[in-house]
Order: sequence, then structure tokens, then C-alpha cells
Amino acid sequence: MDHILSIVLFTPLLGLAVLLFIPSSNTAAIRWCANAAAFAGFAVSLPLVFAFDPALDFQFVERLSWIPSIGASYHLGIDGFSLLLVLLTTLLGFLAILSSWTAIREREKEYYAYFLVQQTGMLGVFMARDAFLFFLFWEMVLIPMYFIIAIWGGPRRSYAAIKFVIYTLVGSVLMFLGILALYWQHFSEFQTYSFAIEDLMRTQVPASMQWWVFWAFFLGFAVKVPMWPFHTWLPDAHVEAPTAGSVILASILLKMGTYGFLRFSLPLLPDSAKDPQVIQIVAGLSIIAIIYGALASLMQKDWKKLVAYSSVSHLGFCTLGIFALNPAGIAGSILQQINHGISTGMLFLVVGIVYERRHTREIAAFGGLYKIMPVFGIAFLIATLSSMGMPPLNGFIGEITILKGAYQTSLAWAVWCAIGIALGAAYLLWLYQRTMLGDVKETNSGLTDLNAREIAVFAPLVVLVFLIGLYPKPFFRVLERPTAHIVERVRPGYHAEHRLVNPLEAPRPTAGLER
Amino acid sequence: MLDSFIPSWAELLRFMPEIILSLVGSLLVMLEPVTGPKSKSMLGHVAIAGLIVALGATFVAHANPGAAFSSMIVVDGFATFFRVIVFTVGILTIFSSYQYLDREGSNRGEYYALILFSVVGQSVMVVANELIMIFIGLEISSIATYVLAGFLRDDKRNNESAIKYFLLGSFATGFLLYGIALIYGATGTTDLGEVRQAVLQSAEPPVLLLSVAAGLMFIGLGFKVSGAPFQMWTPDVYQGAPTPVTAFMSAGPKAAAFAIFLRIFVTVFESVGDRWEPLIWASALASMTIGNFAALQQKNFKRLLAYSSIAHAGYVLVALTARSEIGTASAMFYLAAYALMNMGAFAVIAHVAGKGETTVDVSDFAGLGAKQPVTAALLTIFMLSLIGVPLTGGFFGKFYIFKAALESKLLWLAILGLLNSAVAAYYYLRVLVVMYMEEPSARTENLEPMPMSLQAALWLPAAGVLFLGIFPSAVLEFASASARLLGQ
Repeated sequence: MDHILSIVLFTPLLGLAVLLFIPSSNTAAIRWCANAAAFAGFAVSLPLVFAFDPALDFQFVERLSWIPSIGASYHLGIDGFSLLLVLLTTLLGFLAILSSWTAIREREKEYYAYFLVQQTGMLGVFMARDAFLFFLFWEMVLIPMYFIIAIWGGPRRSYAAIKFVIYTLVGSVLMFLGILALYWQHFSEFQTYSFAIEDLMRTQVPASMQWWVFWAFFLGFAVKVPMWPFHTWLPDAHVEAPTAGSVILASILLKMGTYGFLRFSLPLLPDSAKDPQVIQIVAGLSIIAIIYGALASLMQKDWKKLVAYSSVSHLGFCTLGIFALNPAGIAGSILQQINHGISTGMLFLVVGIVYERRHTREIAAFGGLYKIMPVFGIAFLIATLSSMGMPPLNGFIGEITILKGAYQTSLAWAVWCAIGIALGAAYLLWLYQRTMLGDVKETNSGLTDLNAREIAVFAPLVVLVFLIGLYPKPFFRVLERPTAHIVERVRPGYHAEHRLVNPLEAPRPTAGLER
Repeated sequence: MLDSFIPSWAELLRFMPEIILSLVGSLLVMLEPVTGPKSKSMLGHVAIAGLIVALGATFVAHANPGAAFSSMIVVDGFATFFRVIVFTVGILTIFSSYQYLDREGSNRGEYYALILFSVVGQSVMVVANELIMIFIGLEISSIATYVLAGFLRDDKRNNESAIKYFLLGSFATGFLLYGIALIYGATGTTDLGEVRQAVLQSAEPPVLLLSVAAGLMFIGLGFKVSGAPFQMWTPDVYQGAPTPVTAFMSAGPKAAAFAIFLRIFVTVFESVGDRWEPLIWASALASMTIGNFAALQQKNFKRLLAYSSIAHAGYVLVALTARSEIGTASAMFYLAAYALMNMGAFAVIAHVAGKGETTVDVSDFAGLGAKQPVTAALLTIFMLSLIGVPLTGGFFGKFYIFKAALESKLLWLAILGLLNSAVAAYYYLRVLVVMYMEEPSARTENLEPMPMSLQAALWLPAAGVLFLGIFPSAVLEFASASARLLGQ
């Protein structure tokens, strides 16, 4: 178990190494190899679930010196928050690759190679305990996604891919500047070079510097989330990307932004994060994103673009929950990030399935699909209900927890959230109605229902939808400590003040707390 | 008295790389008339062998550091670092020249000799510890390079390139010489160490005279490193010169010019640093901005890389503006990484260019990914490194530079520089788009397989770029240690 994180991290690359030796003409072998590698990546991450102890903080820590002269190290470790995202990544990475089986027919070797590289990059982002390593993986994700959109994308792929890269790159250089500023501040206080996040946390950052470092980080993460008004790359990228690319983009890549807020912005710069002005600005942008995203979704004629804008709206809930700065808001936000990964992943897969059969995503071209594709109809229905937050599915738990957190901070926030949820139900149900119900169009009558492989892609996600919806307790349990850490860091004494049980002070069943 | 004119063995040892290269260069000139037209490549092999021996001699010299010839030259870590860069650049240039010269029907011995002489000049520049030696080195390097730029003498653009480079280069050298004269006037010496001592020890240093001298030298060196506002010649010269020579110019002479830039400005002019810092600050920002934004518009790949080289000069000037040991070390690291990635990128251009360089537009690279996947993959590495994507040398180069800038509280320069590097991603990525996503062009359709020599010119820098990107520690520590000694 000592190196389990490294094993999880590098399994996709190992698969890639095998893949490179298969001649590109042998497409069947390439597909099998890529799927096997992705499945292996998922399988090796499963032991994490059983070995993880929710009463401890960072676990499975690995640390090796890498570039001693600048204090960068190969330093991995996961807490409950990272655990959920790592599992989401390994699962959805596998499903995305599985879903490409028939959809991708050209340059397959390169296609799967980019997915596997990207998989390692995303896992690294969620595992890194060293800011430098974090940035490295953060950038590593960018290039494969660029190629995935630019080579296998739709007609405007070149434009969408470049836009995606330039937006993200501008954001990430600013974020990097923030990391460097903290690093330098740490050096001037302690006279040692270190990028370790726990070392950077010890740094006392002067107020004025904290302020601009916060905004540097903010821009980097806000572009990735994306928050309004930095979201304009997202609809383009989603619409042009191949299905599996969209799934990964929505389910995992966007979470890197919210992950950054929770891992860097809040714990490292607590004073700026709780500055009322900052909160107001960020909450304002989040609420605009919720409402704007929902209204934009209502207006879309393109199925995929609708789902893309719904992401903007859903991620608005996540950022609002984060900046409610209370346990309910943050825990709800994290859970909702996972939920969004599952439900939006499903919605993009749904679009991919009809697109593969009909080669159009125009909503008006469909209707009555339920009659000819009942299994597909059920899968889509579950995705829709999950995404709109219908009890007892997973989306409900996430949204209601965020709503609780928002309400504790401000009634107005909660009202906006409720409006957003209502609008969400409207555009999703309307979409369902327009595509699945009503009369069958002549052109669609020959469509086939899901085959076994496609059902296999949806099945695990459906299980998770019900699991989180009906029994969310273990999920909240692993999030208790990470959430409490963030809240206590930003608002020391919050739990005591509000007469809440502080999970950090609960008696520990096992000794040997790591770091 | 006579003793001091007879160099000791140790002194000769410290100057051995230059001696070897001069002898091999002269040998090539003598061998040229007696070799048949088919075996000119042999002369290139001899030149490479000479450079490898010189590289070995560099490490031997490094084991015996110190001054030589009445401290006209000094072998320290800094000099060794840059010697390794310029010799490596020489080797890579020759590797990428064989095929090119054969195709143009100009495979002649003089070419290799001129490369060696130019390298000797650069090597003298980086070891020089005395202003006149610096000047001599610069002239040796420049004159050889002027000739190289016009080596295909029947080609119009070659002639234009050579003339432009020669005129502007001589003009710039004039400024540099004027600066040297003023320093001599102010302090009565041209030895860098003595100048520094004279400035530090005098109660009232001639600040005005030194500032003017710094300004003049900045103009002269600004031309050589193509920093704004003295960058105008770069695109035309880079576009017109034979591609391997362009590669050479963008890496070797530039690194050497930066070396003397660093040596002079961190030793002699450190005491008037407050005066020249704003100058270099502005030049760094202008170079980055002009280079990157102009590169966005380019269709010709060589011109694109010419503008990109202006931008990269801007990044190195950021490191200079930092005026710290870390700044110096980061500039050294960056120049090493830059030399490698640029040599690699130009080697691919030399391969695709075709006879008479008719196909050097970015669009001529269309479909390279499908036709020659390995070549395309290597070019991808160089492009990603030029962008500064992690795990490449270009990333660590930029990282160290902006780290140095932040530590010297150059916040705005760092912000604007980093934003600039995001803009740059656009034009580098466009090359990848064309290469991987478009249908093969007429040129890539009929591209000849890559000869061994050119493969070497690609694989070596690619390996170097990745090495610097994954294990930068050793090189960086060497650079830091050298920079520390330099400041003393």
C-alpha cells in the first residue's frame, strides 16, 4: 500500500507505453489495450476506498525529493475530498474511453494515447501535495484536451481548441504567479525553499499581498470552473469536442477549478477569502452564473450546447457553496461537484449516443425517442432527474446541502439558488419533453436502442446516482474532516461558535495521524 | 619581465578549446582544395570531431579554473557553461547542414571552417575578462557569421540577409566600442575586475560617464541579442539566411552576446544598476510584446521563429532586470534550453524547406504528422518547450526567470511577461494544428526520408530539452554556483 497513489497515477501511462507498441493499423488491439488500461486504472484505485480512514487527514502519502534546489518534491497524498475526485476520475476516464469504441474511427492510437496521458494529469492534480507538482499536472491536462478537441472535434474544432487553450493558459499563468508569490513569501519568512502545500500554509502572508495573490488564483481557477464571465470558452469547447472529450471536460476538468478554490484559495489565503467584499463579488458572479447559465440553456436549439450551459449553472452552485464558508456549503459543494460529474457525464453520453446514430444534435430534429429507444429513454430520464435535483437522487442531496449553507449565510443567496433550481428543472424537463416524448419523426424511426456496451457505460453511473441519493452518509463522512479543516482555517472557532460538533476534535479511533 | 609573456602550461590549458578549434578551422581551409566534390561532408565530420574534442578540453579547462594571459581571459563556471552551449550549438548546426548544403549544391569546406571560426569567436567572448578581448571575440564571431548568412551567394535573399546583418551589426559594434572607450576614459583600464574595483573604491565614481557607457553598450549588445528597440533586423536576416545558419545565429552568437551582457552588467555596471534597470525593464517588456504580437501575424515559419526569438530575448532580459544571482542563473539556464529547442525547430525547417527554400511557410508543414510522425512528434516537443509547457526545458527556463523577477519585486514585469507567454501559445500551437490536422501539402506528400545526420540534429536537442525539463537540478545548480562566483 506504500505506493498505491503512484500506482494509480501511473497505470494509465503504463497502458500508454504498451499502446505505443501496437501498430496503428491494428485498431481492434488498440481499443482493447486502451480499455484494459483504463479499466486497470479504475481497478487499482478501488483499494483506496477500503483502505481510506475518514478519521485521518492526508493518507497514502509519498514524498521524494525531486528538484532540491528549488524545493520541489514528488509529494502525493489524498484526503476525503481528493479521494472522491480521484475515484470519479478513474471511473469516468474508463467510461469515456469505453464510450468511444465505435464513435472514433480515425487515428485511434493517438486518440487513446491522449486520453491516457490526460488521465494521469488529472489524477496528479488531485493527488499533488506540492504546489509545483500540482501546476505541472495542471498544465499536463491542457495539451491532450487541446488535441482531442482539435483533431476529433466538430467543424469549428480549431477555433474551439485554441480558445480553450488560450483562456486556460492565461488563467494558469496567473495562478502560477500566485504560487510563486506564496513560495517567495515562504522563503523570506523561513529561509528555505519549499513548494509543499503544508509549508505554504504556515506562511503569514501580508494583507496587501494576500489580496492580489487571491485574485491571481481566482482568475486561474475561475477560468477553469468556469465562472461567469470567463465561461465563453466552455460552450465552444463542449460543442466541438467529441463525446468522450466532453464527458471528461465536464466531469473532471471543470472540477480542477473548484478543487483549486478549496485546496489553495481558501486555506492559503483565508483573510482574503473571508473579506466581505470578496465574498460578495464571488457570490455575485456565482449567482449570475446560476441564473444566466439556466436562462441560456432554455434558449438553446443544440442539445449539446444546452448541456454545456447547464454546466455553467451547476458549477455556479458549487462556487456559491464554497464561498458560503460554512460546513454545509462546502460539503454540499464538494458532493455536488461529484454529482455534476456523474449526471452531466451521463447527459453528454446521452447526446453522444443520439449524435452517433443521427449525426445531428438539433433538438427539433428529435421527438418521441422514448417509443423507439426505451432503455435509452430511462437512462436519459435518470440523468435528467439527477441533474435537476429530484429526490431521492444524488442531485437533490447536493443541492439541498448547498441551499442550507447558502441560507445560513444569506437569505437572498438561498432565494436565488431556489430560482436557479426551478429554472434547471424547466430546461431539463423541457429538453426531455421535446426529444423523448411526443410523436416519432419519420427520420428517427430506424434508431436502435442501447447495445450492451452502452448499457455498461451507463450502469455504474446509474448505480452511483441512487447510491449517493439514498445513502449519502459515507460520502459526507469522508468529507467531514477536509471540510472542517477549511472552515476552521478560514473562520477559526466556527464550529464552537455555532455549537457544531467539530470533527477535528472528535476522539480518534486510530493513532498515527499522518501530517 | 619576459616570463610574463610566455604563457604557462596551465594558461594554455585554459585556452585550449579555442586553440583546438582555430587549428581545426585552419586545417579545414587547407583541406578544402584537396578534397573531391563528393567528399566535402568529410570536412564536416572533421569539424564535428574538432568541436567534440574542444568540448572535452572545456571540461579539462574547467578542472583548472582561473585567469590566463594577464587575466585577459578567465575560466570559471560561467565561461564553461557558455562554452558548452556554443560548442553544442556548433555541433548541432553542422549536423543539420549536410543535407541542406547538398540540396543547394553548395557543400563546401569553407562553410564548416566559418562555423568553427564563429564558434571560436563566441568562445572567446564568453571567457573574456577584459573589454578588448570581448570586442575581439565579438568581431571574430560576427565576421564569420556575416559570411555564413550570405553563404549561398547566388541567392538574392541570402545577399540581402548578409548585407543587412553586416551593416547593422557593424553599426552596433561601433556603439559597443564607444562604450568601451568611455569606460576606459572613466577608469583608465579595460580589465573587468579592475574596472569594478576602480568604481567601487573611488569616493566619487564617475556615475554619469558610466551610465552613458552602460547605455552605449546596451545599444550595441541589444542589437546582438535582438532586444527591442533594436530588433528590426532580425526577421529579415533570419528569413534570408540559409536555415541551418539561421538556427546557428539564433542560438550561438545570441547566447555569447548574452554572456558578455551578463558579465559586464553584473560586474562593472552593478554600481549604477539603478540607472540601467528601467532601461532594460522597458526593453524586456517591449521585446516580449513586439516579438509575440508580431509573431501572431506570420505565415513564414522562419519569420515566425525570428519574432519568437525576439520574444525569448525579452524573457532573458527579464532575468537581467532582476539583477540577482538567481537572475543570472536563470538567464543561463534559459539560454541553454532555448539554444536546444530552437536548434531543433530550425532543423525540422531545414528538412522541409526544399531546394531554394521555397517551402518554409507554416502551411507547407500541413500533414507532417501523418507523413513523418516521428519528425512531427519531435517538432511538437520543441514547440511545447517554446511555449513553456511543463516537463520541457522551456518551462523550467521561464519558471526560473519569473521566479527571479518576483524575488526582485518586479511584479508587473512578471505578470506582463507571463501573459505574453500565454499569447505566444497561440502561434506555436497553430504550427501543431497545421501539422496534425490539415491534409498533407504538396511538400509533405513528397518529403524525402530524414537522413541520419538530421536525425542526430533532432534527437539530441529533443533529449536535451526533455532532460532539462524533467531533471533540471544538476544544470541549475551548476548555473547557480557559477552565477554566485560571477557576482564576486
